[in-house]
Amino acid sequence: MYPSRFAYDAPKSLAEAIAILDRNGGEAKVLAGGQSLVPMLKLRFAAPERIVDINALPGLDYHRLDPDGTLRIGALCRHEDLEYSTILPGAFPTLAEAAALIADPIIRTRGTFVGSVCHADPQGDWAATMIALGGRIVAMGPKGRREIEMRDFVLGPFTNALAYNEIAVEAVIPAARGTARGGYLKLERRVGDFATASVAVALDMSGDTVTRAGAAMAGVGGRTIDANEAMSVLVGKTLTEESIAAAAKAVAAAADPRTDHRGDLEYKRHIVSTFVTRILTKIASTEQKAA
Amino acid sequence: MALDELKIGGMGASRRRVEDNRFIRGKGRYVDDVVLPGMLHMEILRSPVAHARIKSIDTSAAWEVPGVRLVLTGETMAARNLAWMPTLSYDTQAVLATDKVRFQGQEVAAVIADDPYVAKDACSKIVVEYEQLPVIVNPIQAQDPASPLIRDDKANQTSNKVFDWEIGDQAATDAAFAQADVISEVDLHYPRSHPSPLEPCGSIADYDRSTGKLTVYMTTQAPHIVRAAVAMVAELPEQMIRIISPDLGGGFGNKVPIYPGYVISILASILTERPVKWIEDRTGNLISTGFGRDVYLKGQLALRKDGRILGMRMHTVSDHGAFYADAQPTKFKIGLMHSTFACYDIPAAHLVSEGWYTNKAPGGVAYRCSFRVTEAMFFQERMIQNAAYDLGMDQAEFRRINLVKDDMFPYRTAFGFLTDSGQYQKCLDLGLEAIGYSTFKQEQEEARKRGKLLGIGISTMTEPLGAGNSREYDIIGIKMFDSAELRVHMTGKAILRTGAKTQGQGHETTWAQIVAHELGIPAEDITVEEGDTDTAPFGMGTYASRSTPVAGAAVAMVSRKIRAKARKIAAHLLEVSEEDIEWELGRFYVRGNNERGVTIQDCALAAYSNVPDGLEPGLENNAYYDPPNLTWPFAAYICKVEVDPETGVWDVLKFVAVDDCGVRINPMIVEGQIMGGLTEAYAMASMQYITFDEEGNCIGANFMDYLLPTAWETPGYELYEVVTPCPHHPIGAKGIGECATVGGPAAFVNAVVDALQHTGVRNIDMPMMPNRVYQALTTGKNVSGMPPVLAG
Ligand SMILES: Cc1cc2nc3c(=O)[nH]c(=O)nc-3n(C[C@H](O)[C@H](O)[C@H](O)COP(=O)(O)OP(=O)(O)OC[C@H]3O[C@@H](n4cnc5c(N)ncnc54)[C@H](O)[C@@H]3O)c2cc1C
Repeated sequence: MYPSRFAYDAPKSLAEAIAILDRNGGEAKVLAGGQSLVPMLKLRFAAPERIVDINALPGLDYHRLDPDGTLRIGALCRHEDLEYSTILPGAFPTLAEAAALIADPIIRTRGTFVGSVCHADPQGDWAATMIALGGRIVAMGPKGRREIEMRDFVLGPFTNALAYNEIAVEAVIPAARGTARGGYLKLERRVGDFATASVAVALDMSGDTVTRAGAAMAGVGGRTIDANEAMSVLVGKTLTEESIAAAAKAVAAAADPRTDHRGDLEYKRHIVSTFVTRILTKIASTEQKAA
Repeated sequence: MALDELKIGGMGASRRRVEDNRFIRGKGRYVDDVVLPGMLHMEILRSPVAHARIKSIDTSAAWEVPGVRLVLTGETMAARNLAWMPTLSYDTQAVLATDKVRFQGQEVAAVIADDPYVAKDACSKIVVEYEQLPVIVNPIQAQDPASPLIRDDKANQTSNKVFDWEIGDQAATDAAFAQADVISEVDLHYPRSHPSPLEPCGSIADYDRSTGKLTVYMTTQAPHIVRAAVAMVAELPEQMIRIISPDLGGGFGNKVPIYPGYVISILASILTERPVKWIEDRTGNLISTGFGRDVYLKGQLALRKDGRILGMRMHTVSDHGAFYADAQPTKFKIGLMHSTFACYDIPAAHLVSEGWYTNKAPGGVAYRCSFRVTEAMFFQERMIQNAAYDLGMDQAEFRRINLVKDDMFPYRTAFGFLTDSGQYQKCLDLGLEAIGYSTFKQEQEEARKRGKLLGIGISTMTEPLGAGNSREYDIIGIKMFDSAELRVHMTGKAILRTGAKTQGQGHETTWAQIVAHELGIPAEDITVEEGDTDTAPFGMGTYASRSTPVAGAAVAMVSRKIRAKARKIAAHLLEVSEEDIEWELGRFYVRGNNERGVTIQDCALAAYSNVPDGLEPGLENNAYYDPPNLTWPFAAYICKVEVDPETGVWDVLKFVAVDDCGVRINPMIVEGQIMGGLTEAYAMASMQYITFDEEGNCIGANFMDYLLPTAWETPGYELYEVVTPCPHHPIGAKGIGECATVGGPAAFVNAVVDALQHTGVRNIDMPMMPNRVYQALTTGKNVSGMPPVLAG
């Protein structure tokens, strides 16, 4: 790999990292897991003057629950940590299912959740789960800390709302009110492939009634597609064949796919609708068994 | 008292691969691991567009970059008559473009600098002004008389046609079709794929002006051919050229051609008088080096109601890219395409082939196949399956009726090949039994109730492996035989060298096993060395599954020469006449008195210390082997898939492979070759192609777009063996390196098409991505994968 020349820092504290970013006025880039940045450097799609490697920052490799059930994912929590997490399966099924579908096992050992969200790749899986779950990003900069709602965080393909001198230190995902249900399905051509289409679904349920319904998609638009509004047709309803069909239809309509060599747009829409149906049908049958 | 052959690692021993000792420790020595004192680094600037006239090239800013030693363009090459070079198919190929660029990724300029970073920086400073021309990305466009002429550099070229070629008996075939009850037709495209060795191509040229010697470390499967070509092209004396092909990280045919990068690095070293290293990056490898396939087929079978095939017609249209650079025997324009249907008894056949230039990378290398045999067998098996459907006949039964029977050998095919051995029926039956063919219909019904579609695909084929013989096979005039040289040292240890070149096949292990089998010297006492033209005997290299059929035979023959000499020494040591000496593995003894004997090691010592009068000292020899015929392994691959009709996603439920490659030297290595080959077949069937958009942009220029399967999705394979020894090979072996890549794809495609058969679908072009399968299912129509495709 022969990237353009760059300077390299590996600060030991967050304050120092922020100071370096601040001093370099937009010419420096944060390196987390490197699984998106390094390929871009290699292809010379990115040629920052300075790399600020945050891997030596202490205390950022966690994911944990607050007493109220809120999930906090630190900037150095790897995909793999989430894949093998014991916290996620019950409380955050959407994340638990997505974790095993990110890239391949090798990449999962290094890539980070927060880095993936920052990268704002329209095909990135975590951003879709964050939108469906109504998460937010905690940013630290010279002026201190601020929180950015996920729906405001991704500004477009590969652009996020962070200022050049800010670091995303944590992702915060609120706990479900009631029972957490959800799922993640992805169509890929092989392990490690980005999504041709993928769908995140996250429901809060009270008994068999849906109280909050979130959905988002990757791979079917120029950016992560927020389908929360489409999904809201489910709120106040139970999961029946009819309500599921209505939700699938609404979410598919929110998709904005392009025809390319992975399939035409009708096919991709059809996949979205199929995936929504499958996730919801599975939830419905789980509910039935529980009842 | 003969040795136990398995214990000394002889024939049939699943001996661990000795080369893996260094590979798994990261101690392999690939071209990029070689560092020479004072070495410079070269980077190639490639064309971003597929077809354009070069209006100007400004290299001044590149020269300014500190650390830059040399910048080369087509003009500098032309001044030394090196702007163009000959290809292996008697065409010419641009080394660095002078007039036009003819495909995206074509070499336009090169920078030689102190380090590879600087070379790359400086490349981006070269300004090239292009005037874009209309682009042709498939032969259908190329056939249009109004299409732009790609090869306007060639004096007599008035269209984009490369060649017309035909073989077979047209009149007899027409007559067969006139008698047919049913005519079955297929139209399909075998897409362009890329061998993608994990190590891309590269070279280090080291010209020493004081001695006049040119040493080139090079990623090549055929170092001796390269030496000859360099001697001819660069007009250097052949003895002053040394090509060293060190460890290779795979080849698969990709490392047979001679690439511009090699030639440029050689000139750069001559000009700078420093070693010059060029290591291609992944994208460079994918977009500019030898691809495989890219052939269209119109196939027809003339059928009788009772299931007999009366005749076969094939019309192939092949896409060769901008330069006709296929690596293939000179006599044949489309490789051994005419080996198609060799395992079936067909009275009449006719093949017409046309080749076309397009604005795509040149190549047409034998990607893990014996010169277009992959296409030949894929077409054959797709045609066979559809013929069975068109007759309304069971696909296994249809094959059974038409396969060549055991008592028909030697069998002359309609195109003139002579197949010599096999038990086709037995292999097929074994495979059908293993896959559970007799209960499949029931299984299919049950799956339908679950909303899934099941299909079974069969692929049976024999293929011609191991070119030569030299009567018919040559490359640029050099005859296709091979060689081995064996030196047995005083202590009974030995070194063996051959003209082949291992790239993962395990020659260092298996060649020693052949020597062990012939001489009883334990395999671990034999070092195997290949790839250095200063030390290895002349040979044509490794591709087309030719190593074991040709070089491996030479290893057996040279061992026998050594044994013949050792016998004379044994007679001397045992003080009897040579006629009274008997051989058993590892030793000679006196006939009638097994106790009185000497080992091969005793003879080796005597060869250097106690030579009988009149005998030359030493125990070494070489052998050149010109095979009397190709070898003809047979395979029956059977695949069972489940298709999800809602998404078009398909999964392999079971895959059975029955291979008959004659005698197996190292069964473990044979099985590894089969599993690897099936995985490549799966890749082509499911996910992999190098395709292009309307503008000639390559889609598949990196491993995110050109997909290699991982252990994750690769199906498991159940392997079975049948052994029919090759009648003419000294140890009865046949080629196996490529069978699975060749025969595998049709098994997967036939299985998916079988699952969709009820909809009327007869073909889905590879790769059978879910969207294509879904499209076929929902429309009931065939799906064509011809480029251009939409980028994205
Ligand atoms: C072969 C391959 C396959 C892949 N497949 C998938 C897939 O299927 N699904 C998927 O979702 N992803 C996939 N990825 C991407 C992978 O998930 C990356 O790990 C992820 O996108 C980026 O996380 P990272 O920690 O590696 O970030 P990096 O590569 O280090 O950084 C990415 C970008 O985010 C910025 N950044 C990172 N962390 C921070 C931070 N804390 N604060 C501010 N800015 C930051 C960087 O400056 C950079 O611009 C794949 C990657 C590869 C190489």
